[in-house]
Formats: sequence, C-alpha cells, structure tokens
Amino acid sequence: MGDKEKKEQITPRRRFFTDMAHHIGLGTMGVLLWGGYAAKAKSNPLTLRPPAALDESDFLKRCIKCGLCAEACVNRPQNIDKDGHQKPGTLKMAKAGDSVTIGTPFFTPRDVPCFMCDDIPCVPACPTGALDIAKVTNPKTNELDFRMMDMGVAVVDVHSCIAFWGLQCDACYRACPLLDEAIKLVYNRNDRTGKHAFLEPVINPDVCTGCGLCEKACVTEKPAIFVLPREVAQGKAGDHYVKGWDKKDQLRVGNRKEEDITTHNERSKKKPLDYLNNNGLGL
Amino acid sequence: MKFSNIKYLILRRVVQLGLLFLYFTGNVWGWKILQGDLSTSLLFNKVPLSDPFALLQIFATGAIVGTNVLIGALIIVLFYGIIGGRAFCSWVCPVNLVTDAAAWLRRKLLIDKIERKVWISRNIRYYMIIIALIVSAISGLAAFEVISPITILNRNIIFGIGSGLGFIVAIFLFDLFVVKNGWCGHICPLGGVHSIIGKYSLFRVKHTSENCTLCMKCRVVCPESQVLHMIGKKSITVNDIECTNCGRCIDICDDDALGFTVGKYIKENNKESK
Repeated sequence: MGDKEKKEQITPRRRFFTDMAHHIGLGTMGVLLWGGYAAKAKSNPLTLRPPAALDESDFLKRCIKCGLCAEACVNRPQNIDKDGHQKPGTLKMAKAGDSVTIGTPFFTPRDVPCFMCDDIPCVPACPTGALDIAKVTNPKTNELDFRMMDMGVAVVDVHSCIAFWGLQCDACYRACPLLDEAIKLVYNRNDRTGKHAFLEPVINPDVCTGCGLCEKACVTEKPAIFVLPREVAQGKAGDHYVKGWDKKDQLRVGNRKEEDITTHNERSKKKPLDYLNNNGLGL
Repeated sequence: MKFSNIKYLILRRVVQLGLLFLYFTGNVWGWKILQGDLSTSLLFNKVPLSDPFALLQIFATGAIVGTNVLIGALIIVLFYGIIGGRAFCSWVCPVNLVTDAAAWLRRKLLIDKIERKVWISRNIRYYMIIIALIVSAISGLAAFEVISPITILNRNIIFGIGSGLGFIVAIFLFDLFVVKNGWCGHICPLGGVHSIIGKYSLFRVKHTSENCTLCMKCRVVCPESQVLHMIGKKSITVNDIECTNCGRCIDICDDDALGFTVGKYIKENNKESK
C-alpha cells in the first residue's frame, strides 16, 4: 500500500523528464506543421520573377518581401498613360491565393508585361541582393543592359497560333522589344492554297528575355504565345552531345581519342555477339 | 471620458496610422518619405530600416544579404534597444490595431466573466522564434515571413487587399473568444524578438505606489498584465521585457500613480538611496 503511493508521487526527476518531453514534443509538432506549410508555400515552378532574380531557391532565401522593386516599377516616370495617369505596375506583391510565395514579387505578362526599361529601376532597388544587379550589368561597359534581363522565355503553341494556320499575323513579332532577334518570322510555303506563305513566329531562346510583350500583344482569345520560366520551358541535351559541325562546340572534345570518350563499364567489356550467344534476348 | 484618459492611445493611433499612410503613399504616389514595408523600408529615400527578425530568418536559410539590410537592421536594433523598448508592438505594428480592438470588445462584452478561460503560456513567443529559425533552415524560406500577419496586413494596406486578410480576422476572433491578448501577448515571435531587443532600453513606465488607490484599472487594460506586478506595492519602473510602452496604464490611471520615465537604472538607484 505504501509502495503504491510512493510510485504515484511525482519526483523532481520525473517532472524534469516529463517537462523535457513536453517541450521537445511540442517543438517537434511546431516544426513539422510549420515546415509542412513552408514546403508547400515555396513550390510553384511557374512563377515569373523580376529581371535579374536569382535562381528560384536562392531568390526565396534572400527576398525580404519589402516591395521596393514593385514600388520602383510602378512609380517609374515613364509609367503614365496619355492623360498623365499612372498605369498599374508590372511587378505585383503576391497575396494569399495568388499561388505564389506570399509577399514575393512576380508578374503576369498577359495583364501587365515587363517593358524592359533602359535603367531597370526595379533591380537596384533590391536591398538584399535577391535581384542581383550583376546579372544585368554588361561587363564590357559596366552599365545596366536590358538585353541581359532573364525572366523566362516565350513559347508558341503552334496549334492555336493563327500564323501557323496561314493567316497573316505578326502581332508578337512587332511587339517584341528585340525586334527580329528574339522572335523571327520563318517563311514556309502554304501548300493548301499553293500561292501563300506561312509567316511563322519562331523564338530564339538565347535572345528572348521573357518580358511578355508578345503574350500581351497576342490576338487569340487565350494567348498562343506565352512566357514560361526558363527552367520549365527549356530542355537540356546534356554535355555528352557535341555538335561536330560547330567548331566552337567541337573544341569541347579537344584532342581526346575515341577510346577516351567511349563509355567503359561492366557491360561494355563484353562483345555484342556474346550478348546474343548468352541468351541476352531471353529466347 | 477625459482627454487625459486617452492621450497616449490617440498619440499611438496617430503614429500607427500615420506610418501606414506614409507606406501607402510610397507605393501609390511614389512619395519618397517612407518606401517599402515593415520588413524593409527606405526612409527619405536614403536611410534603410530592416526587421531584425526577418534578417535572422534569412541568415538561418543560409543566405547572405546586402549591406543596406544589415545597416537597416542595426538602426532598428539600436533605436528600440536604447530608446523605445518593445514600443514597435504598440506604436508601429498594424496588428496591434486589430488585437486592441478585440481586447476592447472582449472587455465590453464581459467575455472574461462569461467564458471559460483558456490558458496558454506567454513564453510560446520565444519558442516560436526558435522554431521559426529551425523551419527557415530546413525549408530555405524565411518561415515566419510567409505567415506573419504583421507584414500580411501591412502589405494589404500598401499594395492592395488580398485574401490574406482572412488570417487577420482569425487572429481577431482568437483574441476575442479564445485567449485574452492571445496573439500579441502569447504567440507572436516578432513581439518576442522586440521584447529581447528592448531589454535595456531607457524609456520605461514608472509606478508611484504612494499615489495608487488599488483600483486595478491598469491591470485590466494592460495587454501584458503580468508586467504590472508592482502595482500598489513598490515604486519602481516596469522592467519586464514584455512591456510594450503602450501607455494605456498611464492613460487609465486617475491617481497619477503611473507615468513614463527615462532611464530605469537612475530611478532605481534613487529609490535605494532613500
């Protein structure tokens, strides 16, 4: 009887361990819940960032969500309409429900594209370096160069682009600030009529900055040309492909012999014929 | 109600709304007085001001930032550390408007007398700081900044209304029906950071117990009522770091037993020498 009472007493040691467990348990719960939300909050690969933004993960680390870039964008002197009224800015600060990490700057080209200002006012405004001024500074002249902007890359949906149907439309081509460089018109014979040409817009992703003026200008109901983040829009052939016809690319091979650049592994030691003779086909 | 009973309250509302107005003009009309928002601002287009807690979280993600933000955070730490104490919470933060409204309504509706009281620790805010830094390090995203109702409300006012306002309403309801001063007095990690920053600040509330009639109005109105433990007992300054220097206790006191003073140590030494 005495033993039982003793067992149920809360000793200082018991209290210490229970308190420890309490704090560690609640702390872990907090980290898991909050961490789960944070992981979800940062996962939208389709967000278009201001020019000179770092890679998305580095950008999200550094951006302090102050909105100075967006304020520089909307308040730039040239952002007024014919009547002298201020137009909405390109850069918006994400709100809850925008499916962009809350408080970070982004833009939606079909609403307001980036006008590629000469002085790029948004980038020097960034206090943290989330917008990296070096990315838009021309190393030769040491001046800001709007051609070095990189917000994304334009993509054409050839099935809804009416120029690919044979109709004459060069709205995106004309709207492009890097005229005849970022978008080129490729002429193809229209076999259906036999006497017309297709004027097909084709994007040069090395020149395109992703400003989205083409997307804004597109005449179709839902734009047939649109900007996507470069990571999403572009593939990658891999380093092991070398363009033999391109002298510059061929240099990557250097003086290496064929044996050096051939893959060597367990399987490559055997002859192809062995593979067949050893029932490699499983017949 | 006499003017002397709402003097600091009016002054605080003027400062809070004035700052929000200046932030608003910085975006909408391009005024160069106060640009940016509460996480980082630019005063007179020159002086950077940065939220030290946001900066800490950025450091926790492993990122390096520009010197302007470092200088801005240093200015804020020095200002509140030397002068203001935890004044950010009651004089600047826009959520204070919301939670004060909830606390006021709670008093008017006599909710404390009717509802079952829910108790949570006032130290949660300090654990929240640690958890915010850990989550920032794990997720690579300044963790409190994606849920902070302070900057959400602040940005809603500066850059336009969004659905984040629902969170603000939730905090209002939490403070009204769940815990008295629940958000600002228990949970908010930014309040915890500003409590720590203001530990040695000079601006303090001072109690003169000789004048006190023990009406306890001050303890009813105080959002951190535990800091007023000396009421009617000792004539000392309020030295608990959670005091926000809001001055409501001074406003409400009809007996001249509370007032602002500069320098907690000077006053304390005088007391001892008596």
